[in-house]
Amino acid sequence: MSVSKDEIKNIAKLAKLNLNEAEINEFTGDMNKILDYMDKLNELDTDNIRPLSNPLETYNVLREDELKRSIDREDALKNAPGRNDEFFRVPKVIKSDKK
Amino acid sequence: MKEKYEAVIGLEVHAQLITNTKLFCACSIKFGSPPNSNVCPVCLGHPGALPVTNKQAIEYAVLMGLAVNCVVNEQSIFARKNYFYPDLPKGYQISQFEKPICENGHIEVKTAEGSDKIIRIKRIHLEEDAGKSIHDQGSDTLVDLNRCGTPLIEIVTEPDISSAKEAYEYLINLKQIVTYLGICDGNMEEGSLRCDANVSVRKYGDKLGTKTEVKNMNSFRNVERAIDFEIKRQIEILEEGGTITQETLLWNADLNEAFPMRSKEESHDYRYFPDPDLMPIVIDEKWKTKITSKMPELPKVRRERFIKQFNLPEYDAEILTSTKDMADYYEAVLEFTDDYKSASNWVMGDISKVINENKISIKDFSISPKNIGKLIELINNNTISGKIGKELFEELLKSNIDPEIIIKEKNLVQITDSSELENVIDKILSSNSIQVEEYRNGKEKVFGFLVGQVMRETKGKANPQLVNEILTKKLKG
Repeated sequence: MSVSKDEIKNIAKLAKLNLNEAEINEFTGDMNKILDYMDKLNELDTDNIRPLSNPLETYNVLREDELKRSIDREDALKNAPGRNDEFFRVPKVIKSDKK
Repeated sequence: MKEKYEAVIGLEVHAQLITNTKLFCACSIKFGSPPNSNVCPVCLGHPGALPVTNKQAIEYAVLMGLAVNCVVNEQSIFARKNYFYPDLPKGYQISQFEKPICENGHIEVKTAEGSDKIIRIKRIHLEEDAGKSIHDQGSDTLVDLNRCGTPLIEIVTEPDISSAKEAYEYLINLKQIVTYLGICDGNMEEGSLRCDANVSVRKYGDKLGTKTEVKNMNSFRNVERAIDFEIKRQIEILEEGGTITQETLLWNADLNEAFPMRSKEESHDYRYFPDPDLMPIVIDEKWKTKITSKMPELPKVRRERFIKQFNLPEYDAEILTSTKDMADYYEAVLEFTDDYKSASNWVMGDISKVINENKISIKDFSISPKNIGKLIELINNNTISGKIGKELFEELLKSNIDPEIIIKEKNLVQITDSSELENVIDKILSSNSIQVEEYRNGKEKVFGFLVGQVMRETKGKANPQLVNEILTKKLKG
């Protein structure tokens, strides 16, 4: 398994990262080293082993449906790069109805 | 031309759960709060804040799964769905991918021909809602994160739906189920129930056509209209020799048309992976049994019980069970009367008329079930006539007090004393001697006129049967 420079560029774009040419080369090399190691791990026969989604062996970490006080709006907006009295303010995005 | 084609439709419905708090933090999900007031480091996506799952939301999702015949997965996990949008502060939505909470269920719907059809449900998964973006205020986009983290279940069907009408029926059934379960208020207009449709068409026997996704339909009727529109649009393109582009369309309810979304062409690459912040959910038999014990009677079962237990026509049972609130109201009336059919008539007739005219829920209807029950009993035991019953109903609308007090105060008690009625009738007969003569000469129509006169004289309080009896006797005599 290996990734190309174009794939690295795409991943960087999706992660909103700007990489220069040297960095793209560097990350392509790093990423391929990681994938080579994965190939090594893949040599292991895992047919009868359940996939592990979390290394901790606990489950059902839940809370009751009880309200707790939220933080003040002023605190919520404090670190925002753009804001008005009530809202976060971001550059105009086109309307789309993602959920 | 349309007959050559069949539509293949699958629906994705998001239902907002009526919990107190968000899916992964203890902020309120209350609608209409001041912007950005129900937020905390978890739902704001601050680094280092850790989500903890709301137990109630899990139980609601399982309850839904059980209600629509799903398999509840013993283990399910949350996954991160990565995409970039300002109303999603973490840069990913916590959702479920490989192991949703429930799978492989079905709902039955009535087809246009009146037969039952099974719509298979592929999966039900839990996820968090995004915030709200406001685009039309000035040059920037404003973001309110109150809704961010609100628990949703997404209910995905297999592509088993073959017409807009069927999609409509499916949604109505789904709404009935979630409101009966009390897990969602089912209001499409306010966005607590949202529906996206995947639509494709093909000639009979052909392989599946290219599908499009239609979004932004904020009422049940609009879902029907939008799907109809999209089926016709696709058939027209194919008939002209064109091909369908796989794209997302937004329904415009004002123009009755769907338009392609003007988003940049980027293939969705959500890069799902298990969320390392959240532990797996394990629903063992014990927990499942506990949740099952909270299952209320579902619409279909209740409908059938109404027909059997109260001897109601199917039509009545269908309408009375259309909402849980109406069915509850009806059964509350039956605590005070055994006249099942009269109670049904009042609820479907006069009461429904009032609540429809005032656009209120039967929950907010001012007359108590107890007083409706009493009203029916007062008619049935001849205390008042049916006609006075309607008058009493109007009075009860003004003030919901004991009907017996009203009939005493307003002097509405039916006259069942025959000597009192005889006096009235004698008076009517003597002042209408011409009509009496006509009747005796064979003009039987006049009888109705004379009954009317008696009723007028008694302000509608005379017992109609008694009036008929006495009048017949006197005219013949």
